[in-house]
Amino acid sequence: MAAVLALTAVGLSLVFGVMRVVNVAHGEFFMLGAVTAWFVATHVPGPPWAGFLAALVICPLVVGAVAAAADMAVLKRLNYDPEATIVATIGLLYILQQTALTVYGPEARPVPAPFAWSIRLPWFGWSGYKLAVIAAAAAILLGVWLLLTRTRAGLVMRATQVDRETARAFGIDTDRVYAGVFALGAALAAMAAVLIVPIQQAHYLMGHDPLLLSFVVVIIGGLGSLRGTLVAALVIGLSDGVISVFFSPTLAKILATLFVAGVLVFRPQGLFGARA
Amino acid sequence: MSLLSARGLTRHFGGLRAVDGVDFDLAPGEIHALIGPNGAGKTTFVGLLCGRVPVQVGAIRLDGRDITRLPAHRRVRAGIAYTFQITSVFARLTVFDNVALAVQARGEADLGGAVMAGLARVGLDPLAGQPAGTLSYGHQRLLELAMGLALAPRVLILDEPTQGLAAVEIQGFKALVRGLAPATAVLLIEHNMDVVMDLAHRVTVLEAGRVLATGTPAAIRADRAVQAAYLGG
Amino acid sequence: MTGAATGAGGVGGRDLALHLAVLAALLALQFVLPAYHHTNLARIMVLAVFAMGYNIAFGYTGLLSLGHALFFAAGLYATGLGIVHGSLAPGIAAVAGLLAGGAAAAAVGLLALRTAGVSFMIVTLMFAQAGFLVVLYFGGWTRGDEGFVLQGAQRLVFGLDLSQPGPRYGAALALFAAAVLVNLVLVRSRFGRVMLAMRENAERARMLGYDPFAVKLVALAVSGLYAGAAGAAYALLFGYVGASFASIQYSILPLLYVLLGGAGVVLGPFLGALVMFYLIDLSSSLTSAHLMVVGAALLALVLFAPQGILGTLRARLLPWLA
Repeated sequence: MAAVLALTAVGLSLVFGVMRVVNVAHGEFFMLGAVTAWFVATHVPGPPWAGFLAALVICPLVVGAVAAAADMAVLKRLNYDPEATIVATIGLLYILQQTALTVYGPEARPVPAPFAWSIRLPWFGWSGYKLAVIAAAAAILLGVWLLLTRTRAGLVMRATQVDRETARAFGIDTDRVYAGVFALGAALAAMAAVLIVPIQQAHYLMGHDPLLLSFVVVIIGGLGSLRGTLVAALVIGLSDGVISVFFSPTLAKILATLFVAGVLVFRPQGLFGARA
Repeated sequence: MSLLSARGLTRHFGGLRAVDGVDFDLAPGEIHALIGPNGAGKTTFVGLLCGRVPVQVGAIRLDGRDITRLPAHRRVRAGIAYTFQITSVFARLTVFDNVALAVQARGEADLGGAVMAGLARVGLDPLAGQPAGTLSYGHQRLLELAMGLALAPRVLILDEPTQGLAAVEIQGFKALVRGLAPATAVLLIEHNMDVVMDLAHRVTVLEAGRVLATGTPAAIRADRAVQAAYLGG
Repeated sequence: MTGAATGAGGVGGRDLALHLAVLAALLALQFVLPAYHHTNLARIMVLAVFAMGYNIAFGYTGLLSLGHALFFAAGLYATGLGIVHGSLAPGIAAVAGLLAGGAAAAAVGLLALRTAGVSFMIVTLMFAQAGFLVVLYFGGWTRGDEGFVLQGAQRLVFGLDLSQPGPRYGAALALFAAAVLVNLVLVRSRFGRVMLAMRENAERARMLGYDPFAVKLVALAVSGLYAGAAGAAYALLFGYVGASFASIQYSILPLLYVLLGGAGVVLGPFLGALVMFYLIDLSSSLTSAHLMVVGAALLALVLFAPQGILGTLRARLLPWLA
């Protein structure tokens, strides 16, 4: 699912781009979104679509709040030192994962799709929900794009990205920007997760694959470049499916990880980094 | 016969010509000062000589051997030592270890003796056991110098060595540098004109990446172009 | 003045005495410990060797790798597969494991050391992940997640049956002792000083004539030899070879041990492994989520004690500690 992947990866890329923080716990925010979606969907009465819509609103807020709290309690105190923050987010990963295990349990649980119909084309069928997911993801990405390029908040973020000290000198509260960006990145992952749970089930270990794939996408797209990330997400999302057709999924993952390592070693600016 | 020579040395950063077609010669045993206004390309130029900045156009020779493409650490082994403008001793290692790193780089067998002799030369031997980061600024500059000297180089490049030193320390520094001839030729970037005029055998003036003038201190002092550009005429 | 504090006189007296005392205590402990802790301690010593290797790269040379599981697994699988599929004698297979760890580290280093900092962390992480997937992919030989067991004659080295508690403890202690002594000599050697220089300021070290790439590559390869030796020993002493040892968790564990015990201190990894092992052991009786302890420990360490136990102790009280 290239669309969902792009959402997750944009969140990661945003965090790295503005804060220079590699968030290893990003996949766990994704997982947290999915698990929260299950709780919301099972506790909101009424038809499936009501629970789903509620989840789509509540989950990003909850996950965003958790992320903002983590930023203020931990990352800020490390002064965003790149290596220390990686170790810290690994710690965060374990804590989130194990909290989910304790509270939610080891089972995988489904969330019903808000609607179920499909378009029948002569040669193959499309699930209507999958199309809706693609549309929703595209809309959210467009929203992020507009937020970054057209609004004051976006301007503040970009200013902070370019030069934290100067931004601070101009009266921008960089601590709040960082917390906000970290929350936004996590919220994007959570939204992606809510969209995906009707297709995949919610499970406490589900954060691993999206994290790996997000890394692939962000790194190939050039760390911190949103446009590069989008292009890379589409290419990878499509080619992951293509590679899997010819090889086993495991071999596809091996090739993908080696590819990432190779790109970082030989083209650190990313495959599309020079352009963006 | 020059020990270290550069011909047509050029380095651009984007559109900026930091070093632009510089010819330069350093004679054996000579003390040569490099002066010029801020942004004239002095640090970039010595960076090219010692290999920290890759050469785009031009050639560098050490004792007749072409070293243009030699990586920095091999140039150090070949005899070009560089001391940093911004003091960058190994703060968490002891003063002894800092100099030991330089001494053992030339394969000295008697490490302890050679290190203590090197420290005694700059008067830091009583502080050998202290972490380098705890030294005063002036002492860190001296340690930086001791590390450069401990490499026993043929060419010693000093980037603003007297910056931040007290008058007494500058006197000691001058005596030390004078004592290096004839084994070691010294190229120093220096803003303190008294030090330059007092110490240097020859002076090269850089402006906007080009050589404005080269000559004895007296000749440079008398040069009208230099006066206009730099000495404030 | 030029004694242990400056590192000029080789391994210092007090320093050596302390390490020998620790080894002697471990030797004596096996006669008094109950069976359960006996096995635990053997396991901790093997894991400590792994973490000491990690310390050589991270603590002394400043290379923060997230891929050391690959080197441990290289040793583990080279030994395990060598015995089961290659019909190697267990002793030979252990040597193969040692070399496999070093070779894997050197190969990864040749590529990964072109990068630094965060990129280095991600590249090593990716290589280790690829290694983990390779283990799964060749499930026909490795039996993947399920793993395989070495038994009986497959664990006989020089006539010693390493599946028995006594020889097992002895072998673990011998390996640990060798690792400690080599580590001491290494960090007090001229090369050890250059490793520290790379950690502190690689560019300055380059301007003293040292090639950062070459120095880091050697340090990483030595680190890999340690990891490979630990992996090989693990296979022989505990008889189990499985894919979980190649997973990211086994890259994080040595980092955790080193951070906890003290980076850049020879005994730091052992102390870290000891404390962490029993912390997890205790918490396992309370909750199934023992990885929570790992996570909380990582957070607490980077926030409050980045120097670890022995690092803090050295800074305050024992400046001569290696």
